[in-house]
Amino acid sequence: MSDTERKVRDFLRENFILGDEALDGDASLTRSGVLDSMGVLELIMFVESDLGVRVPDEDTLPENFDSVDRIVAYLDGRTAASHAG
Amino acid sequence: MPAEARIDASVLELRDPEATIRTIADGLVRTVRRFRRRGAVLGLSGGIDSSVVAALAARAFGPERVLGVLMPETDSDPDTLRLSRLAADAFGIETVLEEVAPALTALGCYRRRDDAIRKVLPDYGDGWTSKIVLPSVIDSEAFRLFSVVARDPDGTEHRARLTPEAYLEVVAATSFKQRTRKMVEYHHADRLVYAVLGTPNRLEYDQGFFVKGGDGAADVKPIAHLYKTQVYALAEALGVPEEIRARPPTTDTYSMPQSQEEFYFALPYAAMDLCLYAVDHGLPATAVTKALDLTPQQATRVFDDIAAKRRVARYLHASPVLLGTVGAESRFDAA
Repeated sequence: MSDTERKVRDFLRENFILGDEALDGDASLTRSGVLDSMGVLELIMFVESDLGVRVPDEDTLPENFDSVDRIVAYLDGRTAASHAG
Repeated sequence: MPAEARIDASVLELRDPEATIRTIADGLVRTVRRFRRRGAVLGLSGGIDSSVVAALAARAFGPERVLGVLMPETDSDPDTLRLSRLAADAFGIETVLEEVAPALTALGCYRRRDDAIRKVLPDYGDGWTSKIVLPSVIDSEAFRLFSVVARDPDGTEHRARLTPEAYLEVVAATSFKQRTRKMVEYHHADRLVYAVLGTPNRLEYDQGFFVKGGDGAADVKPIAHLYKTQVYALAEALGVPEEIRARPPTTDTYSMPQSQEEFYFALPYAAMDLCLYAVDHGLPATAVTKALDLTPQQATRVFDDIAAKRRVARYLHASPVLLGTVGAESRFDAA
């Protein structure tokens, strides 16, 4: 598990999952009820303030944030883009 | 797709509005009697829902046993009071005017809200107006993140995405309005030995468009099972003044005009009604695409939004949970 994935999983576990529910990497966080609209706002805030990745409005899509795998892929992509730039 | 799997607005038609009115009026009388109350009190907002409930109550109890409470505050639309009185006069209901702004000021409603807005718009202050908005479900598949839109004294609009903290504080501060109003309604209910009527329609009730312990609190909610389209049909049958029936639904909670779609619902009410009907009847998203001129993807996003709001509403609807058994004698079940 990458450092990024561990941070994302820790954030979700501490804020939205009470107990030790398993969290599949590809499970939809919104459809499974882990995240509601407020939760999505908190997740994006966490990504911006704790992980230091700014999320423009046009990136706030399910394809970027609706599962652990997608969040990690999005963050890896943004980090790679900023290193390349 | 088979033709029967598609629906349109005709499924929401009330075949016999008079029969619906009689059923609700009977239910109101039965319920209020069981509560050993002698009439009904409700807050009047000048909107379609409270006007219809006022008319139903007047029909059920006689207008002399119904009290309408008018509770405008600093951010209310200037028309609210006039239209509330128009409804009350139409049904011969007595009203009482209760200014709630001083109580709201004392509670810090406005100050706490403005402090929270300043967390994302530091210049926000006196002379500004504001509202909270959500992007459209229809135009994009992006998550719906709350923003504050504010107008400065020069008329320039500013917009900023809310942080979770600022959003929660704005909503928590604003909810003082609904909770203070409910406190005033119960004051009059206690004084007169009346029951408090709640005025949500089915969309609002199902989707959690209310404040727990605020407008969500009531002794009976006579139109919570009716789609908003049906509430309009009842309004016509009951003789609710045309001006109230023609007024677009508004939240009347923030200082800038705010439609219910901007703040909560994905679509205007008539389209939301049809989507909710489809969900209630186990129909797929494709059942409404033709009638509402939506793509299957758009309709699916609306259905997902309905499901998501239901999950949030579960907490709002929950009665206090008891962790042991008590006798059933003190409980009221469905009428």
